[in-house]
Amino acid sequence: MDFVGLPVPYTMKPRRISEFLIESAIFLAGTISILFVVLIFIFLAKEGFALFRTVSLWDFLAGKDWYPISYPPRFGALPLILGSVWVTLGAILISVPIGVACAVYIAEVAPHWLREILKASVEFLAAIPSIVLGFIGLVTLVPLVQSLFNISTGLTALAGSLMLGFMAMPTIVSIMEDALTAVPRSYREGALALGATHWQAIWRVVMPAASSGVIAAVMLGIGRVIGETMAVMMITGNAARIPTTLLQPVRTMTATIAAEMGEAVQGSPHYASLFAIGIVLFVITFIINLTADFFLHREK
Amino acid sequence: MVTPEMKICRPKVTVKDLSVSYGRLESLRHVSFEVNEFEILGVIGPAASGKTSLLRTFNRLNDENPAFQKTGKILLDGVDIYEKMDLPTLRKKIGMIFALPAPLPLSIFDNIAYGPRLHNVWKTSELEAIVEKSLRAAFLWEEVKDRLKTPAMKLSGGQQQRLCIARSLAVEPEVILFDEPCSGLDPIATAHVEEAMQELKAKYTIILVTNNTKQAARVSDRTAFFLMGELVEIDRTQKIFTVPQDKRTEDYISGRFG
Amino acid sequence: MIRINPRITEKLAFAFLFFSTLLILVPVFLILVLIFKDGLPALSWEFLASYPRLGMRAGGIFPALLGTVYLAAGTLVFSLPIGILGAIYLSEYAKDHGFKRVVEVAIINLAGVPSVVYGLFGLGLFVIFLKFGASLLAGSLTLGIMSLPVIITSTREALGTVPKSFREVSLALGATKWQTIRRAVLPNALPGILTGTILALSRAAGETAPILFTVAAFYLPKLPQSIFDQAMALPYHLYVISTQVPNVKLSIQYGTALVLILLVLAMNIVAIVIRARFRKRKLW
Repeated sequence: MDFVGLPVPYTMKPRRISEFLIESAIFLAGTISILFVVLIFIFLAKEGFALFRTVSLWDFLAGKDWYPISYPPRFGALPLILGSVWVTLGAILISVPIGVACAVYIAEVAPHWLREILKASVEFLAAIPSIVLGFIGLVTLVPLVQSLFNISTGLTALAGSLMLGFMAMPTIVSIMEDALTAVPRSYREGALALGATHWQAIWRVVMPAASSGVIAAVMLGIGRVIGETMAVMMITGNAARIPTTLLQPVRTMTATIAAEMGEAVQGSPHYASLFAIGIVLFVITFIINLTADFFLHREK
Repeated sequence: MVTPEMKICRPKVTVKDLSVSYGRLESLRHVSFEVNEFEILGVIGPAASGKTSLLRTFNRLNDENPAFQKTGKILLDGVDIYEKMDLPTLRKKIGMIFALPAPLPLSIFDNIAYGPRLHNVWKTSELEAIVEKSLRAAFLWEEVKDRLKTPAMKLSGGQQQRLCIARSLAVEPEVILFDEPCSGLDPIATAHVEEAMQELKAKYTIILVTNNTKQAARVSDRTAFFLMGELVEIDRTQKIFTVPQDKRTEDYISGRFG
Repeated sequence: MIRINPRITEKLAFAFLFFSTLLILVPVFLILVLIFKDGLPALSWEFLASYPRLGMRAGGIFPALLGTVYLAAGTLVFSLPIGILGAIYLSEYAKDHGFKRVVEVAIINLAGVPSVVYGLFGLGLFVIFLKFGASLLAGSLTLGIMSLPVIITSTREALGTVPKSFREVSLALGATKWQTIRRAVLPNALPGILTGTILALSRAAGETAPILFTVAAFYLPKLPQSIFDQAMALPYHLYVISTQVPNVKLSIQYGTALVLILLVLAMNIVAIVIRARFRKRKLW
């Protein structure tokens, strides 16, 4: 090799075929997520739409009776939808104030050494499998609710809400914390320089600036709670009735799918109805995630 | 031996009516000039005059920017680098030294060997020869020859910049682009890098973009003055710094702006 | 209007914040203590290495533990290559902003799909349509797709921390785009990618709903012989012995929960250690 060298022939061809292959694979892998979302919908629809040959969409969504294996079967999903709504509502009412407060404490108040410990603990909570939390809820929370309210069973919407609220904490805390850290340091310093107390700076300046994060945290918290399956199935009592108070057993959409799919005959209306519930869940979470994403991106 | 004087008039790089823009932002306007083989061409001008943009157009790093657009031609030895050359070949021929020393988080040896390995040199003996030759050419060999396996990030700023020069030399370029190579360095390290440049021009064509007009005066054979994307003047360095033809050049050199 | 001294308001507010934080942390701590206290006595070599006996009321959890390890491995095989390549596409190749957003929104939605819906999807596509039956293959594919968003997101983040200058230096030396990614970008993003992958796997290993209809077996007298066999899995096993089989000793339930938690915890600790060591070593 000489530095003057003969002119190298200039070629326009891709250097190697392997490079072309790997770049095709990269493109494929990059776009495959879209394919999976579409596939999920297609396969839910493929099995689920069969239900609507015998039951109208309205009767499915607004029907008050869920008796999938009696004769004639009734596929009214309203009790299940309301079951999910009640449990989710309860969980969000519990987890949002506490979760946001915890995030504020971690991001704004806690001393540095404590901050890392707190973050690790919240992360650890996120890592505990939901089946373990369901088991723990079953042996501790359920008896507690029963004795506290002196009712015949502790397997209630309230127990589900408490446990799900707890399980939604990591989601809410981490999103809220990100939103708080994204608020420029100068905002706080500006407020403090004007003589505000630390709390006034947080309440009047930092929190309003991070408000998009609160909305996103609520949305994604809902998404996390409404999709939770195992824990909720173990501790809410699974009665497919329209609940009137939080102290009654309820049955959520997710629990219905998980509990009944094992017995449903493949291709039967019951089987199709469980997929139809899956479609409802898919659509709900799809909307929730789009909304949360909108709020997270609006901020930027 | 080919001496610089014998080759001085042969144009190595030819720029023909080059205009560059990034979206709406115009960066260079209708620039034409030539860079002669084995010379150091200094490129000076205030911030946002299009100097760096010019360099990144020479080795087509601008292609990475989706907003980049250009008209006009750049020829290397008479061959259009945008039409008739694939990117790796072009970038092997036109090396670049960045403003901040940018060693990869590898050992000194692996930094230098990075380029040759890309171009399929794998034999250890060959690589060792290339590493030594390149480090010697960049005046770094004596300082690091006993610790080639240590991380390059542990070198001082000036050593890192000479390492980057050696790394460029290892792929046998014909033209080397220097993008304000001494902006992060102290005067002694700067002197080392300038010394290396002076030696390099015997074998390579060098384009030196600098914010420091004195550096251009010290190092370059010819100097080009850019202002707001236009080439105001290009001439022998001595002439530019003593009898500039354009009032704006005179103003810039004498420090009235920029 | 009564004006309260701002100092007192501040004290009250901070007390509320601290109390809220305790409301989250104390239960986490109690759960850990409870599982360790009641689970440790059940833990023994025999518990880990033997089959369940007497209708799962005695014996060990070996097949379930092994099944979960198989599933985690299967998940890794499917999700890691696609996840890494997908992240490379998004952070290094995708130029068109609009299309990139579509991909990002798809990933966000994949991350938000409820786990039981993944189960339905796996049942519909892998078990029935592709005729894999309830099998390790179907379960791994389902868990693999579920893990994709986590792996893609963390890999993207890891790629994003590699300085732009590394890429430019490599390109300027005549490297092609792929050579640059292979040699200058990926090696420096590896610790971050590993961390994200291990976390994704630990989540997959603890999931129950996606494997309910795709692979998990109530009880199997022998171990799976191929990827087309059903398998037992630890989370499903815990579900079975705590709700489906009457009169299982609480110690066995706690023991199973403890093993599952330890498995997940160990993976998380490995991930944290990798991340910490990487941060310390990082030189740029």
